[in-house]
Amino acid sequence: MQTANVNRLTPYLFLAPAVIVLAVALLYPIGYMIWASFLNWNPSQRIGEAEFVGLRNYMFLLQDGAFRESFFVTIRFAVIVVVLEMCLGVGLAFLLDRKLRGMTVLRTIFILPMMIAPIVVGLMWRYMYHPSVGIFNRTLKSLGLDPVPWLSNGDWAFASIVIADIWQWTPFIFILSLAALQSLPSSAMEAARIDGATGWRLIWHIKLPLMMPVLIVTALLRMIDAFKVLEVILVMTNGGPGLSTEILALRISRTASEFRELGTAAAMSNLLLLLLMLLTLAMFAYTKITEARAARLRARAEKDS
Amino acid sequence: MSANAQAKGPNPAFYALLVALIVMSAGPIVLMLATSLKLNVEIMSDTSSLIFMPTMQNYETALCDMLWYEPEHVRYCDPTFGRALVNSLIVATVSTILTLVIGCMAAYSLVRFRFMGRDVVSLTTLMTRMVPPAVLLVPVFGIWTFQYGIDGTRMGIILIYVAMNLPFVIWILQSFIVQVPIQLEEAARMDGAGPFQTFFLVVLPLIKPGLAAAAIFTFRVAWNEFLLGNALADRNSRTVPVTIVNSLTEYDIDWGVIMATGMLLAVPPIIFTFVASRQIITGMTAGAVKG
Repeated sequence: MQTANVNRLTPYLFLAPAVIVLAVALLYPIGYMIWASFLNWNPSQRIGEAEFVGLRNYMFLLQDGAFRESFFVTIRFAVIVVVLEMCLGVGLAFLLDRKLRGMTVLRTIFILPMMIAPIVVGLMWRYMYHPSVGIFNRTLKSLGLDPVPWLSNGDWAFASIVIADIWQWTPFIFILSLAALQSLPSSAMEAARIDGATGWRLIWHIKLPLMMPVLIVTALLRMIDAFKVLEVILVMTNGGPGLSTEILALRISRTASEFRELGTAAAMSNLLLLLLMLLTLAMFAYTKITEARAARLRARAEKDS
Repeated sequence: MSANAQAKGPNPAFYALLVALIVMSAGPIVLMLATSLKLNVEIMSDTSSLIFMPTMQNYETALCDMLWYEPEHVRYCDPTFGRALVNSLIVATVSTILTLVIGCMAAYSLVRFRFMGRDVVSLTTLMTRMVPPAVLLVPVFGIWTFQYGIDGTRMGIILIYVAMNLPFVIWILQSFIVQVPIQLEEAARMDGAGPFQTFFLVVLPLIKPGLAAAAIFTFRVAWNEFLLGNALADRNSRTVPVTIVNSLTEYDIDWGVIMATGMLLAVPPIIFTFVASRQIITGMTAGAVKG
C-alpha cells in the first residue's frame, strides 16, 4: 500500500521544485503585472498604496501617439527582419547544401553572433556605425563618397538596426533550414529525380513544400524573438533619434525607469505579452495540425500497402 | 545543375561564397578584438588597418582593480569591473546549475509519468517560454523589492534567471529524455532502484548531450542578460553587462577600453561556441524541427 502511495507521489516530487520556482518567480509576477496595469503606481510606493484607476492606463495608451509610434516601429522591425532573414537564410541553405570541406567552420562561426551578449553586439555595431571612426564611413570616405548618418538620421537608424539584426540572426534561419533540407526523406528526393525534376523545379515544387512545416515554425520562433530584441537597440540608438527605433520593449523600460509610471508600463507589457501569446499559440496550433496531417498520411500509406 | 554535378568536386564559386560569409560573420568580432588592442591615438587616426602594435593597455585599464601591479597609464582606477566579473561568474554559474537540476527532474516527470495536472504544467512551460524580460521588468522590480526583499542581492538575480530559463530547459530536455529506451529504466527498477536512483544513475548519463546544450543556453542567457540585472542589482551585485551599459556615455566613448570590456564579456560564449558547436546546433534545431 505504501509503495503505491510513493508511486503516485513520484511525478509530483520530480516536478515540485520547477513548479514552485515558476509559480514564485514567473506566474505570480505576471499576475501581479496584470493587476498593476489597473493602478496609478510609481516606484516609490508599495503596490498597496497605489490608486486603482480601472482601464485608465489602457485608455491613455490608445490615445498616446508615442506608444502608437513605438508599436508600429516594433511591428515593422519584426516583419522586415523576419522576411529578410528568411529569404537570406533559406537561400543560403539551398546554395550551400553540399558537402564542402569548410562547412563545419562556417557553422561554428555562424553561431558566434547569437552567442555573444546582445550588449556587445550593440557595442560592435555602434562602433562600426560611428560617424568618424566607424569602418563604414571610413570606407566611404576612402572611396571618395559622402558619409552616411547611420545612427543620427531616423530612417538610416532604423535601417542600421535591421542590418545588425540580420547579421546576428540570419545564421539561425540558415542552420535550421539547412538541417531541415538535409533531413528530407531521401525516398521523396529519389522519386522526384526519377520524375526528372531538377534545379529550380526540384527546389520549388518538392523541397520547399516538404520543408514548409519547419520553415513556418522557424519564422514564428524568429518573430517571437524579434519582438523581444532590446539590448542591441538600447546600446546602438537607445530608441533614437526621436522615436525612430524605439521598440516596445525599450518604451516599457523607459516608461518604468525614466517616467516612473509603473502602471502604464505594466499595461504596455500586457499588450506585448498578449501579442507574443498569440504568436506562440499560432505556432503551437500549427505544429499540432501538421503532426495530425502527417499521422493521417502515414496511416493511409500503411493501409494502402 | 544535376545531381551528378553536385557530387562532383567542389566549385570555386561556392568556396568564394563560403569564405565571404565567414568573413562577414566574424568580421565585426575581429574588428572588436583589434580595437581592444589599439591605443586611442590609433583608433582615432585615419590610417586604420589591421597593422598596428597590439597593446594590453585597455585590458589593464578595464581590469585595474584586479591586477597585482599598478599600470602607469591608468590615471583613475574604476573599481567596478573586477567585482562585476565575479558577480557575473557567480550568478551565471549558480543559476545554470539550479536550472539544470530543477529542469531535468521536471522534464523527466512530464515525459515518463501520467498524472493529474500534467497537461496544465506542460502547457504553462510552453506558454511561458516566450515571456520577454521587458515584460517582467515592472512586476519583478515590485515583488523583489517590496515583497521578497531580495532586490540588490545576487540571490534575487539568480532566482529570476532560473525562472526565465526553466521553461526552455524543461522543454528541450523532454525531447532528449523521450529518446532514452524505457527498457533501461525498467531493468533498473527490476534491480530494485527507486525512481530517483533510476533517474540520476540511469537516465541522466544518457542525456548528457542534451544537458550540455541546455547548460550552454542557460549560461549564455544568465551571463549576457542586462535589463533585469540592471533593475535588480545594486552597486555591489552589478553584473558585467550592467557595468558596461552604465559606463556608456553619449559622447567621448573610450572605444579601446569599452571594446576590451566587451571582449572580456564575449570570451566565455566564444569558447563555448568553439568547444561545443555541435551541441549548440543540436539545441537550436531541436527547437524547430521537433516542434
